[in-house]
Amino acid sequence: MIIDVNVSLSRWPNRRLPLDETSKLAAALKQNGVSQAWAGTFDGLLHNDLAAANKWLVDQCRSVDEKLLLPIGAINLSLPAWEEDVRRCYELHGMKGVRLLPGYHDYTLEDPRFRQLLSLLAEKHMLLQIAVRQEDPRTQHRLLMTKDVDLKPLLTLLRDFPNLPVILLNAVSSSAVELHGQLAAAGKVYFDIATLEGLAGLERQVQSLPSERLLFSSHSPFFAFDSAKLKLQESELPAPAREQITHLNAVKILSEL
Amino acid sequence: MIWDLHCHLNGIPGRTPDEKVARLIEVADRMQIERLVLFMGAPFLIAPTPEQFREQNDQVLQAISHWHHRAFGFVYLNPEYEQESLQELDRCVKDGPMTGIKLWVAKRCDSASVDAIVRRAIELKAIIYQHTWLKTTGNLDGESTPADLHALASRHPEASIICGHTGGNWELGIRTIRDLPHVSVDLGGGDPTAGLVEMAVRELGASRVLYGSDVAGRSFASQLGKVTAAEITPEEKQMILGQNLRRLMSPILQAKGVRL
Repeated sequence: MIIDVNVSLSRWPNRRLPLDETSKLAAALKQNGVSQAWAGTFDGLLHNDLAAANKWLVDQCRSVDEKLLLPIGAINLSLPAWEEDVRRCYELHGMKGVRLLPGYHDYTLEDPRFRQLLSLLAEKHMLLQIAVRQEDPRTQHRLLMTKDVDLKPLLTLLRDFPNLPVILLNAVSSSAVELHGQLAAAGKVYFDIATLEGLAGLERQVQSLPSERLLFSSHSPFFAFDSAKLKLQESELPAPAREQITHLNAVKILSEL
Repeated sequence: MIWDLHCHLNGIPGRTPDEKVARLIEVADRMQIERLVLFMGAPFLIAPTPEQFREQNDQVLQAISHWHHRAFGFVYLNPEYEQESLQELDRCVKDGPMTGIKLWVAKRCDSASVDAIVRRAIELKAIIYQHTWLKTTGNLDGESTPADLHALASRHPEASIICGHTGGNWELGIRTIRDLPHVSVDLGGGDPTAGLVEMAVRELGASRVLYGSDVAGRSFASQLGKVTAAEITPEEKQMILGQNLRRLMSPILQAKGVRL
């Protein structure tokens, strides 16, 4: 059983991807043994009408398999009345969480609006995903260059939100190993494995981050799904740790919301 | 059959090259990788002196010394030192077991000093692996772009040349080297972005596309996944995963009397 916490629907801004049709992505996920995928939308990167983007996301998830695709709404804290988008995600769509893409939305985690969002989510018992990056900066389009999200401000904020699940997407390729350990210790912070690299990378990763804080993810359809799946083959993990990463941690997050 | 074009000792746990390569093979076995090509030692040195590149190559020679049935070596050279590089090429390839050349970021490969190395490689039937990246964030001074590689390869149509990392920004890399049939691309060392393999096969033909991982900076998994998940035929996957590299290496392996 696999729960993939990092997939996206719709189109990547500057490239067609082999699985960028929802039905094709859903079929590929099922074929690879994924029982649930937490789906954001690439429209969240550059669209300003996120209410429409999130509605489309929900409709797409329902159109293929409501049990397979769990919609995670996009929120842009730089937009006017972003709180209304959070409300709609929760009240209209019954979403379990939201995804931030700060690199594309021109704010840092020191921004007071970020703290406001944490309060809102904690109050509504929703989870938060922060995409630290979507693409290697070296391969970005020249006119769409973004930097990785600086996670340091999160460390102090977490003290006030000890029960809020925060999932850092595409974070583990960076060199901030020490900070990641501190974040994991400071709150309910989780890391996905889509950008995990290195020889037998999962074996190494569980030495610096506990397996209770790692989540399976593919970053499909931007990344090839097999890249994540084969990481489970490349590393030899004890069965309990493997099950935590592939699905148990994700199940626990949802059950505690 | 999986042959991995692009492996490093750097970043692998172990006190010695022997320990590192043993760990590398152990993990390769989990992924059904039969053969590995190793180049450069630890730590990475972007502009090694002759003394330093000899020492790096000694690490690789030591690493493959007990694993000739599993691992090949490419000699790491620095074109800034043309004569010393030619001597090292002879030491490791002509008189040693290595089968190719690795050129990294010491000097851009369109420079004339690389020509002598390529000419000698052609005589020895050695493969030339040239790192290339076209970084949106900016290249190192000595870091070659696919355009630099195109300039070099255009002067040497008899050489067997590999465009490392498919140029990094692979859509541009593929377009740049498309018209040079003696240039292949290495898929390794970049994010497992979907669509890379499909475009490379469509534009270059599967025979010019090679699986490599760039382990230990990357994982076998992320790089193999590019190929296994690609929307291409099973036959094309077999070519990319191993048959192409075996074909490219056949002339030098035959010349050395190596039987596979």
